[in-house]
Amino acid sequence: MVGAVGTLLFVLVLNFFLFRILPGDPERTLTRLQRVSPSTIDEVKRELGLDRPLAVQFFDYLGDTARGELGISYVFSRPVSEVIGNALWPTILLVGVATVGATIIGTLIGIWGAWRRGSVVDAASLGFGLITYAMPEFWLGMLLILGFAVALDWFPTSFMTTPGLADASAGVQLVDTLEHLFLPALTLVLALLGEYALIMRSSVIEAMNEDYVTTARAKGMREALVLRKHVVPNALLPVVTLAALNLGFIVSGAITVETVFSWPGLGQLTFRAINGGPDYPLLQGLFLLFSVAVIFANLAADLLLGLLDPRIGRV
Amino acid sequence: MSAQATRSARAVRRTRRIEAFKSSARLFARNRMGVAGLAILTVFVILALFADVLAPESRLSVTDAPGAPLEPPSAQFWLGTDELGRSVLDLVIQGAQISLLVGFLATAISMLIGALVGITAGYFGGWIDVILMRLTDWFLVIPFLPLAIVLAAVLGRGLFVIAFVIGIVTWPGTARVVRAQVLTLKERPYVERARALGASDRQIIGRHILPNVFPLIFANTILVVAVAILTEATLSFLGLGDPFSVSWGSILESAFAEGAISLGAWWYLVPPGLCIVLVVLGFTMCGYAFDEILDPRLRER
Repeated sequence: MVGAVGTLLFVLVLNFFLFRILPGDPERTLTRLQRVSPSTIDEVKRELGLDRPLAVQFFDYLGDTARGELGISYVFSRPVSEVIGNALWPTILLVGVATVGATIIGTLIGIWGAWRRGSVVDAASLGFGLITYAMPEFWLGMLLILGFAVALDWFPTSFMTTPGLADASAGVQLVDTLEHLFLPALTLVLALLGEYALIMRSSVIEAMNEDYVTTARAKGMREALVLRKHVVPNALLPVVTLAALNLGFIVSGAITVETVFSWPGLGQLTFRAINGGPDYPLLQGLFLLFSVAVIFANLAADLLLGLLDPRIGRV
Repeated sequence: MSAQATRSARAVRRTRRIEAFKSSARLFARNRMGVAGLAILTVFVILALFADVLAPESRLSVTDAPGAPLEPPSAQFWLGTDELGRSVLDLVIQGAQISLLVGFLATAISMLIGALVGITAGYFGGWIDVILMRLTDWFLVIPFLPLAIVLAAVLGRGLFVIAFVIGIVTWPGTARVVRAQVLTLKERPYVERARALGASDRQIIGRHILPNVFPLIFANTILVVAVAILTEATLSFLGLGDPFSVSWGSILESAFAEGAISLGAWWYLVPPGLCIVLVVLGFTMCGYAFDEILDPRLRER
């Protein structure tokens, strides 16, 4: 808990100073492409509070951030908080579906691999994990579009909805969104799968060597039952932690995948912020959000593990 | 007499090091994964070293390209052409040079910071350790891609900037590993002996600590190169790479921007990505092999 607050403060300090070592003055960046007199620049400076001491500026920044005032986006000419708010749900949908999918499939593959250690399935899943680790997600996404959307035409290539469907029934709209969701979600699932499978595999192997498992076997319990009742529930702990931890990271991990699929979430917003200037206020807001997401995910993982594992106790 | 003795001590030490190196090399040669990884990497390093001969820059001219735009693979252009009519094979070969260069440069920066922080924190301990490890933890928690994006956006575009940014976001892992090793090393009897004989901190670190953490740093390095190459590709793809050089990530960026996907120009998309996968795989496989050599407990798996 104390650690999380410390990290949050560090992020805020970093965010404040990083964007103040920018080449050029903020007041000039804001008034670029315009002919301005020195008095206008002074006025802009005063408006932004840039004429005051750095410490005062920092506390102003803390106050503004706490109130959700993150400045005005250059690209969209609207408040950063509003722009980010609009892009939040598509990312949560994509990342949520991908995390659930990868966790379930990865866990099952991991259990299978540990149970039949050295089998073809085990070797294949290890090799698969190694290759997906080496693969940039955005390239995987492009290959999937090339194969399933362009060559086979099974799925749409980009965006979250088909334009012109606003008046269609809710069912049609839902199917339409699901069709758009499939490929980007598949990309993330494939990219994450290997890690979950690997963690679950080693966790199951470790649990299999515990004394209580030997006891269960000695009692004459069937192997499948031993696995289900004694091994898997205990082996799931590290995966739960990983899933919670990853949740924070995937939000930023979806940056390139969303870009490739023109998915209207935070990732694509990041891409537009980079290539629109760069749009510093928007980038600053996004960085803050991504960091806060990870800090909260860390906290959640700690609390969850304390809840699930009595040995760890209360945090 | 005493000069004789030191020389022979030094000679003994040298033979011992050579022996240790030889036995590691033998173990590595027996590791199929490591050998395969090394083979892949050798091919790409040769490709990168001879890039200017194999794919002279004159053929990469934007205004005077040798082919027509987006030609599919043919006898003349084995991997087709890009939107300007340049050979994709030439681009990929030139890209090998930049991608590997940035990867190695970034790793060197990352190792330098990581080793410095790790050794300082582990060796001196106390409040220095507390502060440095706090800092390391903070950097570990912050999602590294957004941090890299923000740094690159603020610092501007260029090869060294990209390498520096990747170095900044990847050092904490090394720092932790090195610190842990230093903590056990500094309690060893030979360090105590050196201290009792009046050796300074600098001498102890230089003679006893550094040589013993070096293998660890080296094994870690290999895995960091893989991360660095992936990160370079990602940053270049997002438009944060050096605009004046061709890397695998920047090829993918222009392929994406020019609509190679919807045009079905697979020859433009597949080769650079495949190169990234192979090189990262090569480094990862070598890294695992070294881990097994350095940690005998892993050998039986």
